[in-house]
Amino acid sequence: MSSAIVIGAGIVGAACARSLAKLGVVVTVIDRSAAASGTTAAGEGNLLVSDKAPGPELRMALHAAASWPRLTAELADELGPEFPHTEYEQKGGLVVATTVVGSEQLLKFAAGQRGAGVQADELSSADALRLEPDLNPAITAAVYYPQDSQIQPVIAAEALLASARRHGARIVQNATVTGPVLGQDGALVGVTANGETFRADAVVVAAGPWSGEVAQVLGVDLPVLPRRGVVLVTSRMRHRIFHKVYDADYVGAVGSDDAALQTSSVVESTASGTVLIGSSRQQVGFDASMRTEVMEQIAAKALRLFPFLADHQVMRAYGGFRPFMPDHLPLVGEDHRLRGLWHATGHEGAGIGLAPVTGNLIAAMMTGAEPEFDVAPYSPARESLAPYLRGVA
Amino acid sequence: MNQVLVIGAGPAGLAAARSARAAGAEVILLDASDSLGGQFWRHLPDNRPARKERLLHHGWSRFQALAAELTSDPGCEIIHGAHVWAIDASEHPIVHAVIGEPDGRNRRRMSFQPTAIVLATGAHDRTLPFPGWDLPGVFTAGAAQALAKGERLAVGQRVVVAGAGPFLLPVAQSLAATGSRVVAVMEANRAVPMLRGWLPRAWQLLPAASKGMELAGYLAGHLRHRIPYLLGRTVIAAHGATVVESVTTAKLDNDWVPIPGTEKIIAVDAVCVSHSFTPRLELALAVGCELTADRFVRVDRRQQTSIPGVFAAGELTGIGGVDLALAEGGLAGHYAAGASGTNPSLERKRAVFSGFAKRIEAAHGIRRGWPAWLSDSTIVCRCEEVSYGSLCSTARATASQSLRSLKLSTRAGLGICQGRVCGRTVEDLLAREAGIPNLTDGTTSDRRPIAVPIRIGELAAPPADQH
Amino acid sequence: MVARLLPFGEDPIRPAEPTPVTITVDGESLRGVAGQSIAGIILANERLGFRRTSAHDKPRGVFCGIGVCFDCLVVVDGIEDVRACQRRAKDGDAVTTQHHALPRGES
Repeated sequence: MSSAIVIGAGIVGAACARSLAKLGVVVTVIDRSAAASGTTAAGEGNLLVSDKAPGPELRMALHAAASWPRLTAELADELGPEFPHTEYEQKGGLVVATTVVGSEQLLKFAAGQRGAGVQADELSSADALRLEPDLNPAITAAVYYPQDSQIQPVIAAEALLASARRHGARIVQNATVTGPVLGQDGALVGVTANGETFRADAVVVAAGPWSGEVAQVLGVDLPVLPRRGVVLVTSRMRHRIFHKVYDADYVGAVGSDDAALQTSSVVESTASGTVLIGSSRQQVGFDASMRTEVMEQIAAKALRLFPFLADHQVMRAYGGFRPFMPDHLPLVGEDHRLRGLWHATGHEGAGIGLAPVTGNLIAAMMTGAEPEFDVAPYSPARESLAPYLRGVA
Repeated sequence: MNQVLVIGAGPAGLAAARSARAAGAEVILLDASDSLGGQFWRHLPDNRPARKERLLHHGWSRFQALAAELTSDPGCEIIHGAHVWAIDASEHPIVHAVIGEPDGRNRRRMSFQPTAIVLATGAHDRTLPFPGWDLPGVFTAGAAQALAKGERLAVGQRVVVAGAGPFLLPVAQSLAATGSRVVAVMEANRAVPMLRGWLPRAWQLLPAASKGMELAGYLAGHLRHRIPYLLGRTVIAAHGATVVESVTTAKLDNDWVPIPGTEKIIAVDAVCVSHSFTPRLELALAVGCELTADRFVRVDRRQQTSIPGVFAAGELTGIGGVDLALAEGGLAGHYAAGASGTNPSLERKRAVFSGFAKRIEAAHGIRRGWPAWLSDSTIVCRCEEVSYGSLCSTARATASQSLRSLKLSTRAGLGICQGRVCGRTVEDLLAREAGIPNLTDGTTSDRRPIAVPIRIGELAAPPADQH
Repeated sequence: MVARLLPFGEDPIRPAEPTPVTITVDGESLRGVAGQSIAGIILANERLGFRRTSAHDKPRGVFCGIGVCFDCLVVVDGIEDVRACQRRAKDGDAVTTQHHALPRGES
C-alpha cells in the first residue's frame, strides 16, 4: 500500500490520514466542504468509557482512553505553541440516577463495566456532592468514571490534519466525489471528484453520516443513518461544574433504536467558562432546523441535575448529525463486496473519542501490520450487519 | 379573519401594523421595548413626555399619529417587553417569545402561530475594529443616539463622531442638542468617491426632495453649532489608560488605507464610531428566509420573503432610512393581511427611496483597505478578546477555510454577542488570511437559532398556551 | 464630568420634571432619574467602565447602547447577564459589576 484516498476530513478522516501518512503512505483527503466542519464541528468533545456496555465498542474506547494523553502531547510537540490548545482534560465523568429503578440499573451496569476493565467507582450521595457541590442532592445513586475525558473536537481534528500535512498528506476541500475509478480486476483504485481523477491503492470512506451517500456513489450500499443531536451553550459563568455529569438515562438513549426524540442530560463546563448542555437523539434525516421542543426537554433535564442553572442564560444552540449504525457498532475495515474500499465510520456519538484508535486500526489493516486488537467485530462483514447490507450495486 | 404578527415597532413595523389593520386583519405587534418607535423614534419614556420632543426627531408628528392610531385600535394588540427568542420553521411557523424585562427571569412564555408574519427587526451599527476601540468611552454612533434620545444623556463633553454614512450627521446633531461639544464629524469616504456614488442620474433624486430637506436640516445644524464635517478622514486609534483620552485620526485614500504623515491627535472624552449597518437577521433566518447577495432579506414586490406568509420590511431588506421603511412596511402589512391589488403611492415611494438607499451604499460603503489600520494586538472579537494577530496566526496554523472551524479554534464570534458585533468583520479577515473570496463551509455569522438569550428555567418551563 | 445628563431646565425639548431614582452599584449609592437605564445612571455618575473582561481583566462599559453587543452586562439583584443599557432602573435596584475569571485562571 503506497497511496490512499480518505473521503471525509472530519476527525475520523483526519486520524486515518495521519496514521497512514506516518507510515509513509501518500495520502489524499477529499472533503465535499471545508475540513472539520461537519459532524466534528457539532461534537461536544466526549471521550467516554462510561456510556458503553461491555463489548467491542467499549474495548475500542478503553484503548482510546489510554492513548489520548500521549497523542495530545505528541501533537503539541509537533505543532508548537502557535497551534491552538486541544483543551484535553481528564476531568472524569459522574453518572447519577434520580429514581430507584434507575439506580438499580446504573449500579448493575457499572458492575458489568468493571468486569470489562472500566474504572467505575460507586459513590455515596455525600461523596458525589463533594465532587459536585451544586448537584441536585436528591440523587439515588452515583458512579464516578475517572477515565472519561474532554477535548475540543474541532481543534483536535485540525491538529490531526495539520500533522497529516506535515507527513505529506494533501487535503482537497470543496470537492464532492462523483464516481469510482475501477481497476482491470474490478477493484476500487480511485475516485473522481470536481472533474479530477484521483488514483490510489485504496479508498477509505470516513464521511460520518454521509458515508452512505459516498458509498452509494462508489457502488455499494451502507446502512449509516443520521441521528440528530442538539447542544445548548450557556453564557460564561463562575466555574461550578467540575466533571462531565450525566443522568443514567444516557446509556439507554445511545443504545436505543427508537427514531423518536430521546433526550438525556449531559452537562459540563468548558475551558472558556461556558456550560454545554445536551443531549438529544432523533432520526429526522438531515433536517437541520432547530426545534424548540428539543431544546425545552434538554433544558428541563439539565435542571434536574443542576437546579442552579435555572437563572443562567442559554446564548447559543447548535446541532449535528451522528452516524448511526443499525447494530450499534462502528464500521472499521475493508468492504468484502468491493476490494480497495475501506470504511471508517458509524461511530454514532463516540466518534471524537474513537477517532485516533480508528485511524491506527485502519492504517495497520491497510498496510498489513498487526492491529492493536481484534478488528473482526467492526468489520463490514460482521454477522449483525448482514441483514442490512445488499451487495454491490 | 387573517391574523398578522408584526415583530418590531420601529417605522417599518408601525406602518405594517397600520396597513394590515386597514386591510382588515387582526394585528399583534411585538416589541422588546416598553415604548413604540424602535431606534429611529427612540424618545423619553412615555410617562415623562417632552413638549418639544419633535426637535430631536425627523417626522415626529408622523410617529405620533401612527402610535395614537395603533394604541387606540382594539384590533391591534401591542405586546411590549416581548422578546422573540426562536421561531419554529414549518409550513405554519410558530413564533416563541418571553414577555417581561430584558434579561429578566421567570418571564411568561408565549407562542404565536399567526396567518402571516411581518419581520421588521431593523439593523444595528457595524463598527470596524481599530486599536483602542475597546476602551470605555468608545461608543457606536447608535449608542450616542440612544442615550441622547432615550434619556437625554450626552456620552461625553468633547466628542468626535466618525465612520461612514449620512447617519453620522443626525448623531452629531443629537449630541449637540444634548449638551455635547462635537469636535468634528469625520466621513471616511473622500469627496470624489462620494459624489460618484450620489450623483449618477441625479434627476432621480428629485422625488426624494424630503430627504434633501432632512439633510439640509442636519447641515444647517452643523453650521449653527460650528461642527466641522471632514471628508476622507477617520479615527484610526483611541488612546487612554482606563478610559478614552484621545484619538489619532488620519486621512484615508480611496480604499480607506491611512495615508502616512497625515495623523493628528485630538483630545476627546468620547468617540462615536459607525462604519455601516448590519441587519438583524436572526428571525428571518430561523424561519428560512433567503438572503440577497448583499446579505439582506430577499423580498418580492409584495414585500414577501422566500417563505410564503412571511414578509419583511425596513432596514432588514436594505439600509434605506425611515421613508423607505414606512413605504415597505405599509406594503408588507397590506399584503400580509391577504389584501390584493396594488398600492401605487407606496410603491412609488418605495422605488424613490430604495434608489436613495443604493446611492448611500455607493457613496458611503466600506472600502477594502481598512485592515491597514489594525495592529496585531487590536481586539477583533470584543466578547472573547481575540486579537487580530491571534486570529491570523490560528488561521495560518490550521490552514482552515471554514468559518465554523475557525470560530471554534479562535473563539472569535463565540461569546455572548454571538458575532453580532464582530461576525462580518471576522469573516472578512479570515477569508483574506486564507486568500479566498469567502470561507467555504457555507455558514455565516448571521444565523442564531437562539435569537436573544433566554434563561434555562424559562426554556424548561412548559410552553404557555398558544396565543 | 464626562457623560452628563442634560438638566431638564436647560433642555431645549422641554421635558416634564423628572422623578429622582436611586440605585446602588457595588454598594455605592448612585442617583439618576426615573426612566433612565441602569447604564445611563452609571455613566452619568462618572463610571465609563463597569465590567471587567474575563481573559485580560480589561474595563468595559457601554458600547452599542441598543442591546446587541452585550458589553454592558451587570448583575441586578443577584441575577447575572443583565444588559444595563436595556434595563430601566428601579428605585432600590442593587447592581453589582460582573466579572467571571476563566476556569482555573486560564486565558
